[in-house]
Amino acid sequence: MDKKRRDFLKIAGVTTLAGLGGTTVVDRLVSGSSPVQARAAQEVDPAEHGAGEQTAASGHGEEVVKSGKRLGMVVDLRKFRKHPELLEKVKHVCHAEHNVPDFPNKKDVVKWIWPTGFENAFPEHSSYHLDEDSEDNKVPVFCNHCDSPPCVKACPTRATFKNKDGIVAMDYHRCIGCRFCMAACPYGMRSFNWRDPRAGLDMNNINRRFPTRMRGVVEKCNFCAERVGLGEQPKCVEVCGETKAMIFGNLNDPKSEIRKVLKENFTIQRKPSAGTHPSVFYIV
Amino acid sequence: MYDSGKIIPGLIIFVLFITFPIWYNHGDAGAVPQPELPKNVKECVLPITEMRSDHMQLLNEWRDEVLRTGDRSFDVKIGDKMYQKSLMNTCMQCHTSKKKFCDKCHTYASVKPYCWDCHLAPVE
Repeated sequence: MDKKRRDFLKIAGVTTLAGLGGTTVVDRLVSGSSPVQARAAQEVDPAEHGAGEQTAASGHGEEVVKSGKRLGMVVDLRKFRKHPELLEKVKHVCHAEHNVPDFPNKKDVVKWIWPTGFENAFPEHSSYHLDEDSEDNKVPVFCNHCDSPPCVKACPTRATFKNKDGIVAMDYHRCIGCRFCMAACPYGMRSFNWRDPRAGLDMNNINRRFPTRMRGVVEKCNFCAERVGLGEQPKCVEVCGETKAMIFGNLNDPKSEIRKVLKENFTIQRKPSAGTHPSVFYIV
Repeated sequence: MYDSGKIIPGLIIFVLFITFPIWYNHGDAGAVPQPELPKNVKECVLPITEMRSDHMQLLNEWRDEVLRTGDRSFDVKIGDKMYQKSLMNTCMQCHTSKKKFCDKCHTYASVKPYCWDCHLAPVE
């Protein structure tokens, strides 16, 4: 067979053109619409999606009826200023309830709820001179149980997940200790068990109804899922009791107490620009 | 075959050596473990034969239902009382000794479940 280079190039060129052009022709025939129409149809979806995100972003008091529960909390810093001893008490009681170890070395520390400075808790709220109340008083910080939790997206084993009540829960059986969630959390609310947590616990004086953790897993506040599941209030809320320094409830229920409090007070969230939609609100 | 006089006895010695555990124990599996059962309770969550063979699957199902589905209802029936699905708060309330119950079979079968890395065994 006698083939010239010129002929070969011609055939190759035509075949390539047919291959590239043919698929678009076939696609158009199959979908039965022009490319312009197809693009217009695609654009409807992102528009709807964006609208959905906007309504979710306006976490404060908007009447958006949503299905399902979204448990949240309001922390009233005015009440914490009135009862200065409450902050340490809340931390102590939470850690005792959940067998959170106490390690003196800062690198090994594991914590679920703790007091921190106002500027650390709300770094986005800039002020030239901070007011005295915020300057002198600590803010309790704990997991925000975000509506769009970045830790859940980061977890490769789904050890951390959003449960049916909107709590960002941990399944320690699945945690492989990769700490992606710690890197993903914009609030730094997660702790890693560098050491065997039982070494940091008084094993004779421990809550025997709740497990400990093991070395090599990440842990954080669980909004007392084990108590809430039985219809009780979280331990910290129970400790605050009548002071009403912490109010817990379903953010998706317009008749709930927490929604009433949110309606009546100006509240702020931690790092709203992170776009995680925290379920914990602070009354400053 | 060259050196068959050495190779064949060598092979026989080798086979005898690696089958040592079999013929030394001559089919005797050793003493069967006797886990200590609770004295005042006669019934468990499932019939005893099912508990013997399937308790690990049951615990895994309980774990997933409680933790992931969030179903913490008291729907486990023992006798005429209802209990919640819980290793620490239900199982170990009757089986009050891990050493005399769990460990008996687990040691015998050489299985090492990681339950107790986190969950707390009853004080003994």
